[in-house]
Amino acid sequence: MRYAETGFNLEIDLTRGSIERVPTDPRHTELHLGGLGTNAKLFWDRVPPETEPFSEDNLLIFGTGILTGTPAPGCNRTILSTLSPQTRLFAFSMMGGFWGPELKHAGYDKLIVRGKSPELVYLWIRDDKVEIRDASHCRGLGTLETAEVIRQELNEPHAQVSSIGMAGENRVYYASIEQGRSSASRQGLGAVMGDKNLKAIAVRGSKDINIARPEKFIELCTEALKFIRERNEKPIPGVMPILAGLGSPQEMAIHDEKWHTENFAWGNARTRRKGFWTDEIQKLWTNTMENMRTRLLSCHNCPMKCGAAISVDTRLCSYMMKCFSKLTYTMGAFSDLEFGLRIAQKATEHGVDAFTAPQTMAFAIELYEAGILTDKDVEGWPEDNEGRFYWLLDRIVRREGIGDILANGTHWAAKEIGKGAEEYAHNNIKKHEQLPLKLGMLNPIYFLMYSTGEKINITQIEGNFPQAPFPTREQREEFCKDWIQVPNEKLKEYFLNWELRGENSIPHYPTIEATCDIVEWQEMMHYIDDATGMCAGLSSFPLKPPFHIHNLPTLISAGTGLDLDEASLTHLTKRNRNMVRANNLRRGMTRKDEKPPADHWKKRFPELEEELMDKYYEFKGWNREGIPTRETLHELDLDYVYKDFVERGILKEEDESVQSREASSEGSTS
Amino acid sequence: MAEKKKKKKKIVKTIKIDVDKCNGCRACEVICSAFHASPRYSSDNPGRARIRVIREPLSDIYIPVFAGEYTPAECAGRDKYTIDGKEYGECAFCRASCPSRDYFKEPDSGLPLKCDRCESDPSLTEPLCVQWCLADALTYEEREEEVEEEEALDEVDVGLEALADKHGWQKIVDAIARLSKES
Repeated sequence: MRYAETGFNLEIDLTRGSIERVPTDPRHTELHLGGLGTNAKLFWDRVPPETEPFSEDNLLIFGTGILTGTPAPGCNRTILSTLSPQTRLFAFSMMGGFWGPELKHAGYDKLIVRGKSPELVYLWIRDDKVEIRDASHCRGLGTLETAEVIRQELNEPHAQVSSIGMAGENRVYYASIEQGRSSASRQGLGAVMGDKNLKAIAVRGSKDINIARPEKFIELCTEALKFIRERNEKPIPGVMPILAGLGSPQEMAIHDEKWHTENFAWGNARTRRKGFWTDEIQKLWTNTMENMRTRLLSCHNCPMKCGAAISVDTRLCSYMMKCFSKLTYTMGAFSDLEFGLRIAQKATEHGVDAFTAPQTMAFAIELYEAGILTDKDVEGWPEDNEGRFYWLLDRIVRREGIGDILANGTHWAAKEIGKGAEEYAHNNIKKHEQLPLKLGMLNPIYFLMYSTGEKINITQIEGNFPQAPFPTREQREEFCKDWIQVPNEKLKEYFLNWELRGENSIPHYPTIEATCDIVEWQEMMHYIDDATGMCAGLSSFPLKPPFHIHNLPTLISAGTGLDLDEASLTHLTKRNRNMVRANNLRRGMTRKDEKPPADHWKKRFPELEEELMDKYYEFKGWNREGIPTRETLHELDLDYVYKDFVERGILKEEDESVQSREASSEGSTS
Repeated sequence: MAEKKKKKKKIVKTIKIDVDKCNGCRACEVICSAFHASPRYSSDNPGRARIRVIREPLSDIYIPVFAGEYTPAECAGRDKYTIDGKEYGECAFCRASCPSRDYFKEPDSGLPLKCDRCESDPSLTEPLCVQWCLADALTYEEREEEVEEEEALDEVDVGLEALADKHGWQKIVDAIARLSKES
């Protein structure tokens, strides 16, 4: 018997209309666990680097984590992987909600979609019964609307539905896949789903998920719940309220938005508004949220309440929101919270990413103000920012007029518009829009995370280490007292010595060596979560989470029956990290691409930055170009990647001297 | 007659359900199904749970409902409730394992399921659905109540009375004496 996973993938070829239930190789589980790890491996094996995002050969994988759907709290994630039309790299966006556990209960670890359907269709998965059904009547419908129509026609009120809106149908480069409570928003996966002519996937499952060592597993879950209950009573002092607790930043629950509104940039990620957060604004926005938010909501089997039902019309729940999408439209349009919550409803139905969409609209307004877009380009748009946002959203999701250009995101739109528009697409990494954050002094930790994070989204690499130093040593010592999550004492030392000012402050402290350790730990935790399907909100994202490197190996082992300890889980995670990177290197990603937006910090230190990159690459076992060396790949059982790299000229075939070095290093690590 | 009835103390176990606090996470379903798996905790499957959250997210309806009695036939007439402007479906508050829906039945055999408050030896301090509900939508309460003994006919009493009606008391007493000697 297979434990925690089902041992089967569901393979759908939409071109041929074929449906297959395919057993998976247990060896892949041992090497990559599940979720992102096995997604990346599948991608390497089956999607050659010449593949275009919008082609029949591109796969769209919905991969549940290895613990998704088990009783482990917060294990509800689906990791979606495909080639992003925007970054043209291997994309992995994730969603929580209820869809992933349902797929696993239906008997599948992954749904793998290839090909293109000639007509708009949806999938209906009811355990072993799988159908490809006509969806022509859903064309143009919103994401939540579609889900309702499908549930009604199937007479399955409890089916979980993932769907795309008009943005996905029209292949908007930042179209999302929505499932009500959650969404996979980043990197344009909805566009690929739309390209495949797949409107939605409805799932209902009624099978068991088995646990290898049940008593141990439940004991660990119970301990975690107890920890969460206690931790929820004890927010961490000295950090901003949204980062003091567990879960995603508690945007739905907390009203104090001083930090975001005054430190994040408004409009097209340009304008800091110091002193914005007045008592009057606080009262107004609190009132808006209290009136429009009807309930705080959780994902499957998670005690945190990071989401909320938002009412913008007569319905008690017009849509469900989470996290920072609360403010992205508001700040993009220089408007107020009510506008933000209202337009987000439309945007969610259309299915667009709440980072890239408002940024792109603010970019268009800026281009118009600069005279690069003219009245002719935006003929008939309203005078006010709010009106323009609605107007633009409508045209983007339909790809009408200027909307057709803007639908490709700021990078590609700027290229197409020309006339200096590139200067305005200033907030991207690897062609993908980032948090609207513009700061003063370079932070070495964030520099490396922004540059090298292959999710291309800072929240998916930052986490367990405080974002900023605490002012006094006493506060830092206090913080370290119950900091059990650190992998080793070194991390505590780095934090204890980290000062706001003076010698031990950014950019030169943490030292390069310390920075490498800090980034490595934080990234590793995310890669573990992405393989297990654990929500980052209970593990890799918040300070002092219930799950960490010291208890996750036991939890995963008890669930799956594998025998993992800290060292072997770390090693496996490294393998997954390099597998993801290998996919991207093979698609042409280079060191040149690994950099934050030029204006992210005012004060930059080119020499230090070069050194940071050099040392970090070396630390990771990559060469100066950021390519995993033969030695690294060999240690990770990825010799076939080395071979492919050599064949493609990404790595040069190494000579004997390298091999002997490899032999001696193996001797020293055993 | 009434004054002759004896008063008896009884523990009433109540799970209080606060639907306003429910955040729809279904942890109660997950742990319920795991607890009742055999061996215990060896699998989970909300389809086997003896508690279900009746969820209609777009109507903001979240009602944890415990599995009650089995019924072989669905109701002839059904009612809808409107509370504070929310319209609740016909079966929203119903605990029955009933042909009208697939709740509270074993997915493979179709046999009815009923909440047993996590009966076990040693007994748990609280049913697990309550322990796993960190939102406190489910809370547990035990209270003593004085009840009139006569009214406290339990299942065995009801069954015996039915048998006595059919066969007469003497036959039942003989059968019990014989069977208890054999066992």
